[in-house]
Amino acid sequence: MSVSQNSDSLSGRSRVVSNKKMTFAEKIYLPAIFAGFGITISHFFKKNATIQYPEVKRPIAEIYRGKHVLKRDDEGRERCTACGLCALACPAEAITMIAAERKEDEIHLYREEKYASVYEIDMLRCIFCGLCEEACPKEAIFLTNVIVPSDLHRSNFIYGKDVLVEPVDKRVDISHRQTPEVLAFKKDKNQSHNS
Amino acid sequence: MDGNYILYKLILASVILLISLVVAMYSTLLERKVAGFFQDRLGPNRAGIGGIFQPLADGLKLFFKEEFMPGTADKFLYILGPSLTMMIALLTSAVIPWGNSFIINGTEYTLQVADINVGVLYVFAILSIGVYGIMIGGWASNNKYALIGAVRAASQMISYELAMSMSIIAIVMMSGTLSLKDIVDQQHGMNWNVWYQPLGFLIFIVCAFAECNRSPFDLPECETELIGGYHTEYSSMKLGFYLFAEYINMFISSAMIATLFFGGYNFPFMDSFGLSHNALTIIGSLVFFAKILFFVFFFMWVRWTLPRFRYDQLMRLGWKSLLPLAIINILITGFVIMIKNHL
Repeated sequence: MSVSQNSDSLSGRSRVVSNKKMTFAEKIYLPAIFAGFGITISHFFKKNATIQYPEVKRPIAEIYRGKHVLKRDDEGRERCTACGLCALACPAEAITMIAAERKEDEIHLYREEKYASVYEIDMLRCIFCGLCEEACPKEAIFLTNVIVPSDLHRSNFIYGKDVLVEPVDKRVDISHRQTPEVLAFKKDKNQSHNS
Repeated sequence: MDGNYILYKLILASVILLISLVVAMYSTLLERKVAGFFQDRLGPNRAGIGGIFQPLADGLKLFFKEEFMPGTADKFLYILGPSLTMMIALLTSAVIPWGNSFIINGTEYTLQVADINVGVLYVFAILSIGVYGIMIGGWASNNKYALIGAVRAASQMISYELAMSMSIIAIVMMSGTLSLKDIVDQQHGMNWNVWYQPLGFLIFIVCAFAECNRSPFDLPECETELIGGYHTEYSSMKLGFYLFAEYINMFISSAMIATLFFGGYNFPFMDSFGLSHNALTIIGSLVFFAKILFFVFFFMWVRWTLPRFRYDQLMRLGWKSLLPLAIINILITGFVIMIKNHL
């Protein structure tokens, strides 16, 4: 059975093309032109949508996924143990790291016996999905609400440990990305990442 | 004609020239600001307070751009085009009465460079030369787009000049003079021509848009189909001249509209304040500039409201609507004047 040619359109939004003759008022354009003037002048006095960027910044969400931070623990030791799970989880393959063994005199610097001597994120590859944060078993990497600034050279977008690790005296607050739900999710044994 | 008089006229001419240039310069900023506000944004506001130095920055940028001339271009005509456009744009301001007159020590100083008794004719003569600047520029560029733009400009200006002149003939019939000063003086107080010639005003303002190549009749330079129209091949200050002349034309057209239809420097209740002649002249000139600025704003308002006409629509409007309407307007005016004279 073929579908009738005259059936209604599936979307229900089709319109019959109208070729009706224009009325006199439509022909002389003027009423439509004055209506147009009314519309534009009403916009002239409307509030502007402009945000004066460098001076005023548009508010962003607390849980915004921006530039990464490598956390230290309470004693100021780096949490990262260079397990590579973040690099594995990263869909954009933006993370690279080189692991190293902790020396006897470095106990105050690194929490685990193994640490990342080099940890680099290519901010041009990163899609800020937050999967590295989700994958991290040591609560070491988090995304913050800091926007990655623009730059003139591609090489400057490869952020090393000098940029990523939080300073000891200037801790980065990531509590808003560590809501109870998130913590429960991270510890949930039913989830594949914890099994 | 003593030396004092010549000196006065020279100073007045330079002042008017300067004012036209400054107003045109700041029209570019005003246009961008107005465009911004019409689109719910702010427009340029970084160069100085509220973007007050933006025109200077734009001018400087144009000055420092590379001067480029196509290899196949006609050198002489290529340079003549923008110069002619600029010169003609500035010529018209000579006959516009910018204010009444100052009486100092019993001598009368009129705020008009030349009160010639064929002022209206002079304006139209100059306006019709205006098309040459565009045509020569478009032709000399040796570029298809520029040529199409120039041809469009020429035919558009010729078609609309007819209806424009016709709409002015009704005014001339009413006032019985071709002198712009006399036409303004007859519109004393609130006795403006627009109340007697609303149809003439409508025709005139539509034609003024076409004459200035302003939207919705900016076909000679429509970016979407002709890149830049007649000034496609122009760069640096030559392009600047073309763009600048457009704004001067807009200013002069607004001045003509205010002069012919909105009483020039006359304003309502001008006799009831008991002001001296000189004070009245100053206020009158300010009022005149307020009127001009309103029409400059109106030009921009139209630009950001109406879409561009198609070329055949443009021609149809000019020849089949505006020209017959203008002729009918003349007939009605003549009829009314005849009845008045016989009563």
